[in-house]
Amino acid sequence: MTSPEQDESQNPSSESGEELPGSPESGSTAASRPGAAPQGSPPPEADEPLPPVNGHWHNLFRTITTGNALIAFLAVLLAVAVGSLLILFTDETVRDSSAYFFSRPGDFLSAAWNAISGAYSALFRGSIYNTRATDFETGIRPLTETLKFSGPLIAAGLGVGLAFRAGLFNIGGRGQMLLAGAAAGWVAIDVDLPAPLLLPLAIIAGMVAGALWAGLAGLLKARTGAHEVIVTIMLNYVGYFLVFYALSQQSLLQAPGTVNPKSLPIPKDAQMPRLLGDTYRLHLGFLLALVAVAVVWWILNRSALGYRFRAVGANPHAARTAGIDVGRTYIYAMLIAGALVGLAGTNQVLGTVTSGVAGDLDAGIGFDAITVALLGRSHPLGILGAGLLFGAFKSGGFAMQASEGIPVDIVLVIQSLIVLFIAAPPLIRALFRLPTKEAK
Amino acid sequence: MQLALRGITKRFGSLVANDRISLTVEPGEIHCLLGENGAGKSTLMNVLYGLYQADEGEIALDGEVQHFSGPGDAIAAGIGMVHQHFMLVPVFTVAENVMLGNEATGLGGVLDLDAARARVREISQRFGFNVDPDAVVEDLPVGVQQRVEIIKALSRDARVLVFDEPTAVLTPQETDDLMGTMRQLKEAGTAIVFITHKLREVREVADRITVIRLGRVVGEADPGASNAELASLMVGRPVELTVHKEPPVLGEGALVVSGLTVADATGLVHVDDVSFSIRGGEVLAVAGVQGNGQTELTEALLGLQDHVLGSITLDGQELVGRTVRQILDAGVGFVPEDRQVDGLVGTFTIAENLMLDRSFGPPFVRAGSLQLGRLEAFAQEKLTEYDVRAPGISTHAGNLSGGNQQKVVVARELSKDLRFLVAAQPTRGVDVGSIEFIHKQIVATRDTGIPVLVVSTELDEVVALADRIMVLYRGRIVGIVPADTPREVLGLMMTGERPEGVVA
Repeated sequence: MTSPEQDESQNPSSESGEELPGSPESGSTAASRPGAAPQGSPPPEADEPLPPVNGHWHNLFRTITTGNALIAFLAVLLAVAVGSLLILFTDETVRDSSAYFFSRPGDFLSAAWNAISGAYSALFRGSIYNTRATDFETGIRPLTETLKFSGPLIAAGLGVGLAFRAGLFNIGGRGQMLLAGAAAGWVAIDVDLPAPLLLPLAIIAGMVAGALWAGLAGLLKARTGAHEVIVTIMLNYVGYFLVFYALSQQSLLQAPGTVNPKSLPIPKDAQMPRLLGDTYRLHLGFLLALVAVAVVWWILNRSALGYRFRAVGANPHAARTAGIDVGRTYIYAMLIAGALVGLAGTNQVLGTVTSGVAGDLDAGIGFDAITVALLGRSHPLGILGAGLLFGAFKSGGFAMQASEGIPVDIVLVIQSLIVLFIAAPPLIRALFRLPTKEAK
Repeated sequence: MQLALRGITKRFGSLVANDRISLTVEPGEIHCLLGENGAGKSTLMNVLYGLYQADEGEIALDGEVQHFSGPGDAIAAGIGMVHQHFMLVPVFTVAENVMLGNEATGLGGVLDLDAARARVREISQRFGFNVDPDAVVEDLPVGVQQRVEIIKALSRDARVLVFDEPTAVLTPQETDDLMGTMRQLKEAGTAIVFITHKLREVREVADRITVIRLGRVVGEADPGASNAELASLMVGRPVELTVHKEPPVLGEGALVVSGLTVADATGLVHVDDVSFSIRGGEVLAVAGVQGNGQTELTEALLGLQDHVLGSITLDGQELVGRTVRQILDAGVGFVPEDRQVDGLVGTFTIAENLMLDRSFGPPFVRAGSLQLGRLEAFAQEKLTEYDVRAPGISTHAGNLSGGNQQKVVVARELSKDLRFLVAAQPTRGVDVGSIEFIHKQIVATRDTGIPVLVVSTELDEVVALADRIMVLYRGRIVGIVPADTPREVLGLMMTGERPEGVVA
């Protein structure tokens, strides 16, 4: 037989079900009681979501994409802890000393300590401040690298997160970045314009290309009901081969006289200017990402459009009943999401890798953006923080490999574990003995 | 068998769902458990049925203390439960359902269906149920399905039977039949616990009444007590049960529906060639058992249905073929039947929910930007005006009780420039106190001279609010009758029969 909770979830308006714990009704009896205890005391299970509106999956989607900050933090912590174990397994000294653990446990423990502390201090040196540098200017260089790496992660993370808030799963970051990068590159290389206009135009072209590519998925969902997950994944392939084709045609993007699928380098005029002089590679893209954070914050929290995104994302039925065109809202959300991911694409082509448009310009950011958005709980400021963290991982991972010989894949494993732990809030709750929301 | 609950306490976190509840049910007695939604009745019964473990207190049958670790133990001890939502397998036959969980098997694990059939026939005859053991459950009317549940419980020799809100899904006739069955069971010596919040039913069959409020027993009542007495016990303050309204002053505006047919995507017709009109200043209440086209009718009025034929005009303006937003802008207010799905965004604050249908322009949006200050002032004002009991306007709607959620919906729909109001199941799952308030608001809206359509499956509500009553059966109008039509006639009409003298 079905458990009462399930029964309740299938009958959101059932009368008998309303006495069950965990339902909003029962939780707030105290608040609705005439002359009840202090008004300030919140009802128990205060953040229990409504009984599912779209069934189980809709609820799960919301829990995972907009979960709470504590879960995100603990997920990072847990991932780093598991990462430490992996470092132990891969470290030879640790492995050797474990063979005679019982005769001389001290050897093992000190080896383990050295391996882990070495790894994470290398991570720190590679991402924040190089303590081995002789002067401040060299020492601070890793931080600027972190910021450089986080620019596109933040921009693309915003694109994925904004779509999350509208109830859409945008897995098409890769395709959107590729199209955006190709469009921006094409404008930068082939359009003849004075320098002050060229860069802005190239950036806009990239954002528009990303917007249209994502908007296509939104349009298909709105008009035909095609699921955006399938469509965006497929558009990744279509986008990749489209760009690849353009890169292998002399008449399109391919560098004249070559056979490689690569364009000419980006002309100096169209490159994003470096922010801190030529010593550091930090460029305008990071500032643009910060601007994007502010803009997305405004859209989501202060604009009518963002209000509708959130309404549709949280309860499309109520939104539709209130006269909001759900399909059109999906299209707008995907257009804006695509433009943000597109910004990440231009960031790569015009700022980070200026040697020319290539088929790998997305550098996995389209997918990392999903993690960033999840870790940032789809909130612009959360995404900013998550983007910085991942930028640090990226920058520090190289240092870890170079100085400690720890495979850079460990960092990738940590990143993947973070996603896994965020997607499994009950696991995190159980591990850290957090109170469950079911109030069982 | 005598059932005794002694000092049952059940907590969920900091919430005390049951607080030292004691209750005795004698054999051959119908004991009513009366309380509002959320009072703790169902929790108590789930403790009795072994679904929850009590934190304190004990359950005794014939003086013997029992320890139930699951429904299986409770059933074995002689407790049967008839749930509001039937626990039947729709594609199984009656006999298969009855034996489910207690299958008699012959050699090699072969099911002994004949024994089950005989058992169904025997019980069915004893109580005059007239249930065919080989009928497939999904083909049976709701009332008969409920009898299958009763047979199922009796086939396990249940001596204590719990009915959890059994009449919510029944027509008035089926309810009367059920009352008859309960009396028969009582004669046969079964102890019956009858959980409900409907006062009329309580007074009809109860031998004893225990009233529960906020998890506590607040008193016992005599079956002879008046509705008002019972209601005030239940709510904890005097309640006005009748809706005071003046005779309608018919105004100019009118909603005219003609030849309305609504089908779903598969071509199944839910509303079949329906025509009616509502004058300004009058309430037309739609009566009918759930699932006879009411949902589709109200959704079609709001433009939420895709396959609509016919015409709906409001003050001469055609509404069919317009978008939901255009229809809302034409002045239609809509209280949806399921507020949690269609009426509110649970993760939004009260304030945000109050602007759900006004995110396109003034007063809450200017130049694409939310006017949070204005929204806040508006929400604060409505919170007071509609007596929404919440810590503040930034409380999430999902954390409110049913009654307060519904007040938020009603506040939103009534606080715009209205020319027509549709209220579907306006008080479903709402506490008695809030029902009173919402009914007053609906009548006040009518008195401003606009047409109002109320849909309800509760006959009491229909009768209380209506100036005229329209009965729907299988998507067709059985008849439109005056508000003072006797209940029996309405009940008959709800089963599709058209009494003499009634014109469709």
